[in-house]
This record gives sequence, structure tokens and C-alpha cells, in this order.
Amino acid sequence: MPGPHAILNYTRRLRGPMTNNRTWIPYLLILPSVAFLALLFVVPLVQTIWLAFSDNGLPSLANMRTMAGDLNFLPSVRNTFLLTIAVVPVQVVIALVMGTLVAKVGAGRETILWIWTIPLGISDLAAGMVWLSILQNTGYLNSLLFSLGLIERQTSWLTYQTPVALFIGIAVAEIWRGTAIVMVIIVAGLNQVPKEFKEAAEIFGAGPWTRFFRITLPLIRPALQSALILRTVLAFEVFAVVYALGGRNFPVLVGEAYTWQNQNQNYGVAGAYAVLIMVISLAATVVYLKAIKVDPERLP
Amino acid sequence: MKRLLSLAVFASTALALATPALAQTVFLSTQLRPIEEATAVRQEILNGVDAKVDYVVEEPPQFAVRMEAERQAGKHTISLVGALHGELSPLADKDSLEPLDDLAKRLAANGMPQSLLDLGKLGKSTQQYIPWMQATYVMAAHKDALQYLPEGADINALTYDQLIAWGKKMEEATGQPQIGFPAGPKGLMARFFEGYFYPSFTGGVVRTFKNADAAAGWEKFKELWTVVTPTSTNYDFMQEPLAAGEVMVAWDHVARLKNAISASPDDYVVFPAPAGPKGRGYMPVVAGLAIPKGAPDAAGATKVIEHLATQDTQLLTAQLVGFFPTLNVQLPEDLDKGVALLAGAVTATQSAKDAVISLLPVGLGDKGGEFNKVYMDSFQRIVLRSEPVADVLKSQGETMAKLMADTKAPCWAPDAKSNGACPVE
Repeated sequence: MPGPHAILNYTRRLRGPMTNNRTWIPYLLILPSVAFLALLFVVPLVQTIWLAFSDNGLPSLANMRTMAGDLNFLPSVRNTFLLTIAVVPVQVVIALVMGTLVAKVGAGRETILWIWTIPLGISDLAAGMVWLSILQNTGYLNSLLFSLGLIERQTSWLTYQTPVALFIGIAVAEIWRGTAIVMVIIVAGLNQVPKEFKEAAEIFGAGPWTRFFRITLPLIRPALQSALILRTVLAFEVFAVVYALGGRNFPVLVGEAYTWQNQNQNYGVAGAYAVLIMVISLAATVVYLKAIKVDPERLP
Repeated sequence: MKRLLSLAVFASTALALATPALAQTVFLSTQLRPIEEATAVRQEILNGVDAKVDYVVEEPPQFAVRMEAERQAGKHTISLVGALHGELSPLADKDSLEPLDDLAKRLAANGMPQSLLDLGKLGKSTQQYIPWMQATYVMAAHKDALQYLPEGADINALTYDQLIAWGKKMEEATGQPQIGFPAGPKGLMARFFEGYFYPSFTGGVVRTFKNADAAAGWEKFKELWTVVTPTSTNYDFMQEPLAAGEVMVAWDHVARLKNAISASPDDYVVFPAPAGPKGRGYMPVVAGLAIPKGAPDAAGATKVIEHLATQDTQLLTAQLVGFFPTLNVQLPEDLDKGVALLAGAVTATQSAKDAVISLLPVGLGDKGGEFNKVYMDSFQRIVLRSEPVADVLKSQGETMAKLMADTKAPCWAPDAKSNGACPVE
């Protein structure tokens, strides 16, 4: 049975020849946005690449060498990847659970969704400050532990001497802040799964797990793919939450780019980091596009 | 109606765009940025200037970008800049500051010390900036900490050994380290190494970077770090942990201690940083006023500088924002109590018998940030990652030597003068 998209594509194909005499109209319509992107995205991109691969106006790998030789380079690469690996799967699982739960709710569904998306409306840095007020020495967590009699005095969680606690703190804050965006995309995907499929599966005796893995999950692949790409790229660009909680105790790639630009005033090395982050993000996107194959009929 | 509305919007936009074009002296500053301080400048300190001054503040990195953009575009809006010595140095390097020799002569006659004025030449033959206000770094301690001071120690003449002993006693008594340093991302820890630690232990800053004295000093600093709270690498302004009771003893810039001390001056003592085998290193901080080349209102800017360099304005500045005068004047008795405490420690530092003055780097241009990084990287590797001192000093020493060779910066005090770039010995 052809899906709704297939039918739509078919009708589009039927209508095709009629608009052939005005093929330039679509191009004209997208021209402003293309020009806008070219001006405000491509030009700075080319400038950044040139900044990264030049030294005193000549092509050079000096900035790349400085970046790779810096004492914080390897830790920042390691930390960024570790954080991405730890945070993204957890966020996807939580978002799936939240999306499935909310699908069963009748009354109050909108309110619950609204509350869950509050972290989405808070800026990164503000989210970092919120968690800082919880985790710092004089923060709420220590107050709670102290009143429960679990600790005798202020305990530090965010220092270079407590790397595990620091990592967990940052990961929890990131999960708190970034899960909503994954959930929004997944809820949108879940809404598009036709009820008939589930009902048919129920009639044939499929349990809830079978229904989830054999029907829901395959059908929300496009949404899952978008969510994973978006979330992973954002995870590689993590900065403000880390900066607020760990400062330079927990170097990450964007943080290093910021430090080279602001503190060290060396735009070339900052550019090198920016290019590296872009390459990693592009590579991750390609991996997801290849790994999670989406039925072309379901593409918009 | 709609047309009228859009006309009104258009008119107000046009008016908003046109306003800056009215004759106003734009004064851009990287100092006195917090809203209370900026308000004090606008409403009190600039009161009485015979020109309309628009006081605008900008963070140091954005300041550098804005000045460079105006220079490249050739379209100048700023008539006067106020910034730290190190922030003005890259501007002077690109020859974008107006020489101010006449003004400097007049101010010298008014009692501005020549040594201070000479700093404003930034190693050039003409006056690049006029010293505006000065500050330095001191230590502050909560009075509760004094009971743990080792016997025979004079708080105004501490040594590093006594500071370590003090820290140990405080840790034993309270169960956690009580000394704090501003080693966070926006903290001024690099200045501790450049102006306090290196001069005190080696008598130099660049020349002595990797010699035997430096290696011994780093070992001593590692010992000190065992009684320093590990949260130090998160601290930017020590007034916050001091006021919150997270630490009892702290080192920082006077302006970054002021809030805690002014809030409860009876709870604190303020005193000079400790001395090492080569003396008591200290670094004066100087903020200067300069006129960019092509300034739209150089005459108005000159008037503002003259106003800011009068005795009355300088005393008012000290009282309101805690930066000290560059003129040779006595601070009045009825000063804010916290500022008076800080001023006392500054005087005690400057007049200490074993004082070793460490001047601000000159001639590094826009490499000032990377110069700081050499010290902070050494600190990170030696102290936080426990790498062997000799290896770290050797590799960081090479970075330093390359930096000096690239910028051709000659040595500055306390290093002995050099012909050409300052060598790492």
C-alpha cells in the first residue's frame, strides 16, 4: 500500500509539466535566502578558513601546528567526544520515553509538553548558572547533603581534583538543557505514525515492546535522524554550560577557540579550532545520513 | 493611519541614527565597566568638563577589535580611549595614537611623577598615553585567620615560607584549605607569576624564566598549592569567595577585592604579597588615556584628560571606584574605609624595604595574551598536572624565547636591560 507521501509525490509528478513554462520562478523565490546565506555565511566561512591556514598573509600550517601542539588540545578533543558520547544517547532515550508517555496522556498534554520544553527557552549560559548555583561549594546540593547529615562541611564538586564529579555535573546539566529539543522533534515524528498500524499489530497479538521496536521506531526514523544530527552537532559545539561549571578545568573545543580568540588574542589559532569543529560536525552529519537510512519515499 | 505610523517609525530611526553625529566627545573605556562604576564616571567624575562627553565601555577583546576596525575603515568615532597599559600597547605598535608630549609636560609640572609618565611612552620616543589611575595587587585576610598566623610572623612582611606555614595551620584547624588565588578563566593569576612569584624567587621575569632559582621557586609554589583551595581554578574575582566565606586569605587586584572589604571593613586586614629569596615582587597597574589618530574631537578629548588629571578628580576617582591617583597627592582621611585599608596595603607594598618592582610588559604588541599563556601553561603543567619542573621549564622556555624573538621586545624591569629582544637565559 503506497504511503501518503508516495501519493503526494505522484500527484506532484502529474502536475509537473504544467509549470514547466515558468521554471525560473522557484529559483527567483529562493534567491534572497541564497544571497543572504552567501553573504553572511559563505563569506565569513571562507575568511575563517583563510585565517586558519595562513600566517602573515601567506598560506601556512603554523596555526594548525600551534593548535595541535597546545597542552589543552588533546584534553579538549577527548572531553568533547566523551561528553557527546555520554550525553546524546541518554538524551535520545529520555526523549523517546517522554514522547511515548505524553502520547498516552489525554487531558493536560499541552501543559506537560510546555513544562518539558522550558529548558529550551533558557539560554545556555543561564542554564549553566542555574546548575552552578546547585553544584558550587555554597550551592543547594551541598546544603541538602549537609542538612541530611551526609557531609560535614562544604564539598567541592567542580574542581580539577574531582574530574569525575565535574564530568557528571556537566553531563547532567547538558542533558537537562538539551533533551527538550530532541523530544520536540520526536513528538512531532510520533504524531505522524498512523494509528491504524498499531491497531493492526495489536489485533495480531504484538506486545507493547514489539510494537515499539517493529512499528514506532522504524516509522520515526526521519525524525530520529534529524534529532540525532541536530543534537550531535550541538554537542560538539558545547560551550556555555561547560564554561559556567568547569571554567578551564574541563577544556572543550569551542572553549579553546574562545580562549585563543579572547585571552590569547590569536585569531589564527581560534580559526583553526573553528575549522576543526566544523569538520567534525560535518563528518558526524554524514555518518548519521549513511547509518540511519531513511526510505526516500518518506522524505519531504 | 498605517502610513503615519510607518512614517513615525522611519523618522525615529533616522533620528536615532543621526544622534551620534552631533558634536559629542566619545570616551571609550575598558576600565570602570560595571554599571555602578560607569554611572559614577558619567554623573560625578566627568562632572564639570567643558564638553559633552559620551562615556562608553567595552570589554578588552571587543575594544581591540573595535579600535582595529576603526583604524582599517578610516572612519573614526572615538575621540578618547581609557585602557590598561597592556591594552594600549598594541595600538601604539600600529602607530594609531596621537603623540601627547605637550600635555605630558604640563602634567609633569603639576606633580605627575616622571617615572609614571615614562611608562606612557610605551618604549617609543613620544608620549603615547597619559597615566590616568593606578592600582596594584595585594592580599586580604579575614580577621578570623589571624589567630593561625605562625609565631613571629609580621603580616606586613610575610615570606612565602610563613604563608605556607599559615596555610597549613588554617587547614589543620578548619579541615579545609583556606588560601585562594584567582586562577579561573577570567582571573588575573598570570599577573601573580609575572609580577609577584618570578620577581620574588628569581629577581627577573623573562631572563630568569627557566634558571635554577625558577625551578626551586616552582617547587616552593607546589608546596604552597597543597594548602590552596582547589576551587581556585574556578575563581575570577576573589571578593566573592572571600565574602562567601569559602576562603579566609586571598591575593588579587585591589579593585577585585574592594567589594568584599568595603562591605565590612572591620572584618578584614589587607597586606602586601609575600617575599621570596630575591625580595618582595610587586606589579603596579596603570590605566592610561590616549587620543586615537583621526579622532573627531581631539580638542574635547584633551580637555577631558586635563579634567581627569586634576587633584580633585583623582581623589574623587579613588573614593568612588578604588583606583588610586597618578598624581603625587595625599589621600584624605575621610576616605571610604575599605578603600583606605587597600590604600594602606598599597603604600606598605611600595615602601617595603625588600620591594622588587616588576613593570608592565612593553613591546609585546598583541602577543600580551600569549605571554600570559606561557606562565599559565607552566602553572597548569607543573602544579595541576604534576609534570617534572625541569621538562616544563625547558619547553615553555623555548616558547618564551620564540615569543620574545618574534616581537623583538627588549627586557623590562626587574630584568636587566638588553640590546634587542629579551633573552631567556
